[in-house]
Amino acid sequence: MSTTALPFPGLRGVPEADEKQTAKEFTSDQEVRWCPGCGDYAVLKAVQGFLPELGIRRENVVFVSGIGCSSRFPYYLDTYGMHSIHGRAPSIATGIATAREDLSVFVVTGDGDALSIGGNHLIHALRRNVNMTILLFNNRIYGLTKGQYSPTSEAGKVTKSTPMGSLDHPFNPVSLALGAEGSFVARTIDSDRKHLTSVLSAAAAHRGTSFVEIYQNCPIFNDGAFDAIKSPDTKADAIIPLVDGEQIRFGAERQYGVVRDQDTGSVHAVEVADVAEKDLLVHDAHSPDPTTAFALSRLTDNGVLHRAPIGIFRAVERPTYDDQAREQVTTAHAAAPGEPADKLAALISGGDTWTVV
Amino acid sequence: MSKQVKQLDRVIIRFAGDSGDGMQLTGDRFTQESAAWGNDLSTLPNFPAEIRAPQGTLPGVSSFQVHFADHDILTPGDAPDVLVAMNPAALKANLGDLPKGAAIIVDTHDFTTRNLTKAGYAANPLEDDSLAEFAVHELDLTGMTVEAVKEFGLSRKDAARAKNMFALGLLSWMYGRPTETTVAFLEKRFAKVPDIRDANIMAFNKGWHFGETTEAFVVSYEVKPAPMPPGTYRNITGNLALAYGLVAGGVQSGLPVFLGSYPITPASDILHELSKHKGFGVTTLQAEDEIAGIGAAIGASFAGHLGVTTTSGPGIALKSEALGLAVMTELPLLVIDVQRGGPSTGLPTKTEQADLLQAMFGRNGESPVPIVAPQSPGDCFDAALEAVRIAITYRTPVMLLSDGMLANGSEPWRIPEVAELPEIDPKFATETNHTTTDKTGEEKAEFWPYLRDEETLARPWAIPGTPGLEHRIGGLEKGDGHGNISYDPANHDFMVRTRQAKVDRIADSLPPLEVDDPSGAAKVLVLGWGSTYGPIGAGVRRVRKAGYHVAQVHLRHLNPFPNDLGEILKRYDKVLIPEMNLGQLSLLLRGKYLVDAIGYNQVNGMPLKAAALADAIGTLVGEAEGIEVELVATDAKTKEARR
Ligand code: SF4
Repeated sequence: MSTTALPFPGLRGVPEADEKQTAKEFTSDQEVRWCPGCGDYAVLKAVQGFLPELGIRRENVVFVSGIGCSSRFPYYLDTYGMHSIHGRAPSIATGIATAREDLSVFVVTGDGDALSIGGNHLIHALRRNVNMTILLFNNRIYGLTKGQYSPTSEAGKVTKSTPMGSLDHPFNPVSLALGAEGSFVARTIDSDRKHLTSVLSAAAAHRGTSFVEIYQNCPIFNDGAFDAIKSPDTKADAIIPLVDGEQIRFGAERQYGVVRDQDTGSVHAVEVADVAEKDLLVHDAHSPDPTTAFALSRLTDNGVLHRAPIGIFRAVERPTYDDQAREQVTTAHAAAPGEPADKLAALISGGDTWTVV
Repeated sequence: MSKQVKQLDRVIIRFAGDSGDGMQLTGDRFTQESAAWGNDLSTLPNFPAEIRAPQGTLPGVSSFQVHFADHDILTPGDAPDVLVAMNPAALKANLGDLPKGAAIIVDTHDFTTRNLTKAGYAANPLEDDSLAEFAVHELDLTGMTVEAVKEFGLSRKDAARAKNMFALGLLSWMYGRPTETTVAFLEKRFAKVPDIRDANIMAFNKGWHFGETTEAFVVSYEVKPAPMPPGTYRNITGNLALAYGLVAGGVQSGLPVFLGSYPITPASDILHELSKHKGFGVTTLQAEDEIAGIGAAIGASFAGHLGVTTTSGPGIALKSEALGLAVMTELPLLVIDVQRGGPSTGLPTKTEQADLLQAMFGRNGESPVPIVAPQSPGDCFDAALEAVRIAITYRTPVMLLSDGMLANGSEPWRIPEVAELPEIDPKFATETNHTTTDKTGEEKAEFWPYLRDEETLARPWAIPGTPGLEHRIGGLEKGDGHGNISYDPANHDFMVRTRQAKVDRIADSLPPLEVDDPSGAAKVLVLGWGSTYGPIGAGVRRVRKAGYHVAQVHLRHLNPFPNDLGEILKRYDKVLIPEMNLGQLSLLLRGKYLVDAIGYNQVNGMPLKAAALADAIGTLVGEAEGIEVELVATDAKTKEARR
C-alpha cells in the first residue's frame, strides 16, 4: 500500500489514491431520505464533491455518525461508515482514529447529538485532539423527534415540548469548542458551497480534532433560522467573515469592522469610520492564545440570529492523542523485540515461580 | 533454643489492621512465601472502600486471609486458625469469625484508652476474660519494631510503620516460610529509599529472630508442600490472570488489543496491567466515561483491533446501549464485568455475582450476548481466551463475568505452554462475496456485510482500508444479507431470530460438561458458576468424605448453556444452585429446562462458606435418599471403618 505523504498533515499516513476519484464514486446506491429542501442535501453534495479532491483512497475514509437527521449521512457515502448511537460518535471515532493511522475519520453530528446527549464525548475529543473532523450540523432544533427545542435554540422558543417558551439558555458551539481546547474551530453555512468546501478542506488538512459548525436550515421545524445570514438583502451586514491575516470587515460597503474593548478585552463591531484604522482587528487564526478567537465567537447572537462570524476561528498545531498513543506503542514495541509467542511466554512466567516435577 | 515442630495439613491465617498498616502487602508477601514453599493456597483480601477510613475505627479495618495446605484446597477458608490483629479495631472486627481455640497474635501497642474507645471497646479485652476461649499472644510489636530499627535514625512514625514486616517475620518463622523472596521484594520496592529499605528488612529479620528466641512461642509448625501436577507455577490474582489472558488473546489472534476503560473498583487493575503491555501492541485508552470506554472499543473493533472494555456492574449499566450497538453491528468485542455488591454503587470492594441477569437481559430488544465466567483466579486467563475465541469466531460482543473475590483473590497457577494455547483466526474479509445483476443485465460483484457463514452464522468482518468492501453498519435494523437499513416486518423477525440462533450455535463448539460424580450413585447435583467453584467443591468434598453421594458440575458458559446441560439436569433428583445472588442462575435454568432448581443464596458481600454449604447439601442428600445425614458424626464413623 502506498503511503505517499500528502500535502495535508491531517492525512499523513493515509494512502493516496492511485488515480483521480470522482464524486460519483463516493456516492452510495442508497436513496437519500431527508425532507425536500433540507440543508443536509447541500452539505452532502459538498462533501461528495470535496472528498475526491483529498486524493486519498476511498476505502480509507470512515464516516461515523450518531443519531438525528444529519446522522444518516454515512449511508449516502460509498466509504466505510457507522451510524452509531445517540451522542457517542466521537468516542467511536476516537477508537477508530487511534487504532489506525491510515484512516481519515469524519464525524457527522447535530446540535442535539453533539451538544446535548453527547456533550461529554465532544469536549473530550476536542481536549484530546484526536485526528478527526467533526461536522456539527446546527439547525437549532430537534428534527428527527419532530420539533422540540435543542441546546442551541434561542431561549423562549415555543415548540411542542415548550408551549410557553423554552427556559434553556443556549450553547454557542464555537465558544464551547474553544473552551474545550479545540485546536481547529470553524463555522460555515450549508448554502454557501464554496465556503463550506474551503472550510471542510482546511479541516481535513488539519492534524487533530477539527470542529466545524455548519449552520443548517431545517425547513420543516425551524425554517428561516438563518435567514439573516442567507438572504441577499441582509447577509452582507449579518456575516462577519473571518479570513486569516486580514482585517475583519463586513457590510455591503465593508463599512463595519471589529475592535477590542480595552477595558474588558472583549471585541465588538463598529463603524469603520468611527475608529482609527490601527484599532481594527486583524484576524489571526494561528494565535497560540485562544482569547481573541473566543471573543470573536461571542459576536454571535445567541437569540434569534442576526449576525455571526463565519470562517476559521482557530487553527493551531498541538500534538494529537492518537499520534502519541501509537508512538507509545511503537516505543514500547521497539524496547521489547522478539516473537510475540516468546514474549507472551516470558510475560506469564514472570514474577516468583516454582517448579513441580 | 530448640523448639518443637508440629506438623499441620492446613492453616488459615488472617492479617488484620488499619488500612494504613500495610496488611494487604503483608498478606501478599506471606502468600508468595507459601507459594515458593510449594503449598497449595487460596487468598481473600478484604478492605474498605474508603482509601483511608478514619484511623483506628472499625470501618478502617483492612484484612487479608490466606489458606495454605499440604493438599489441594479450593477456598480461602471459612474461619481463621490464627488472627494477627494490629490494633483494637482489627481485633473487634474479626473476632466474630474466629472458632474457639483459635490463636490471636495481638499488637498491644495501640491498646490505649483512646484507641479502645475508637474501636468501641468499653473495657480492654486483653484485661478481662472476654478472650478466654482463644490462645492469645500479647506482644508489643510496634515497640519491638521501633527498637529493632533504631540504628537507621528514622522518625518514630516511619520506624513504627515497619511493624507489619516484624509481624510477617514472626509468622514466617512460625510456619517455616522461606524468606528470600520477601527480602528480594523489599530490596526492590524500597530501592530508592535505602534507610526505609534497610529498616523493613531489619524488622522482618528481627520478627523471625524474635519467634526463634522468645519463650512466648514454644512450637513452630510445618505445612508440607502440596503434591501438584508437574509444571512451573506462580501465584496469581484474577485480575492479573485476566489481563494476561487478554494479552494472550491478542497474540493468539494476531490482533492488537484495544482497551477502552473508565476506572472502577474492582476492575481498575486490569486497566493498570494492560497499560504496561504496549510492547504487545496493546493500546489502552482511559476514557471520559464508561460509555466512551465501550464506544472507543467498538470503534477499534470496527477498525480491526480486538476491542475490550473493562468495568464493574454500574459501568455495565452505562454501557448497555453501546453493547446493543455491538450486538446489532455484530462486531467482536469483549466486555469484562468484575462484579461487586449492588445495586447502584452498592459495595464496591465486596464480591457478588448478581449481574448475571443484567448480562443476559440488560438491554433493549432481543439482544443476545454470550456469557462466560471464570471459576478461580488462575482460570481468569483461560476464560479470557475463551471469550476472545467466541467474540472473534462469531463476530459478537461477549460478556465475561468475573467478581471481586476472583479479582483480588489469588492461587497457585500452573503457567500454560504458549504452544498449547488455542489459535484464533480473525479471518478478515478481503473479497466481494455476492453478485448482483443490474437493470442492464450486467453482473456486479458486491460486498454484503450481513451474508453469513453457514456453520457459525457469523457475518464477514471487513475492515476499513480493504478496497471494494466499503460498507455501512449501524444500530438500525439491517436487511438480511445486504445489510442496508430495513424496516420490513418479516426481515426484522428473521434478523431477531438469526442473531439469537447465532449465539445459540456457540453451544455446538463447546466440549461436553465435566460431571464430577465419582460414585455415579448421586441423586443430588450441585451446579454453580463463577467464583463459587471453590466453596462448592469444598462443600461437596465434605459431604463425600462423610460417606455420601453428591455430583458437581460447574458452568463456564452461561449463554448459551452447553448442549448437554438439559440431559445432565434430568439425571438427578434434586439440583442445588449455590449463588451469591437471590437465584439468578436458578431462574434461567427453571425457565429453560423446567427443572425444579433449589437455590442456596447468600448476598453478604463475602464468598460462600464451605461448611454451611456442606450442611445444605447434606440436608438435600438426606431428603433425596430418604436417609439421616450426619456430616460430622459420619465422618468419624467412616474414619473408624477405614481403620
Ligand atoms: S426534519 Fe429538518 S433537519 Fe430533519 S431532514 Fe427534515 S428538514 Fe432536514
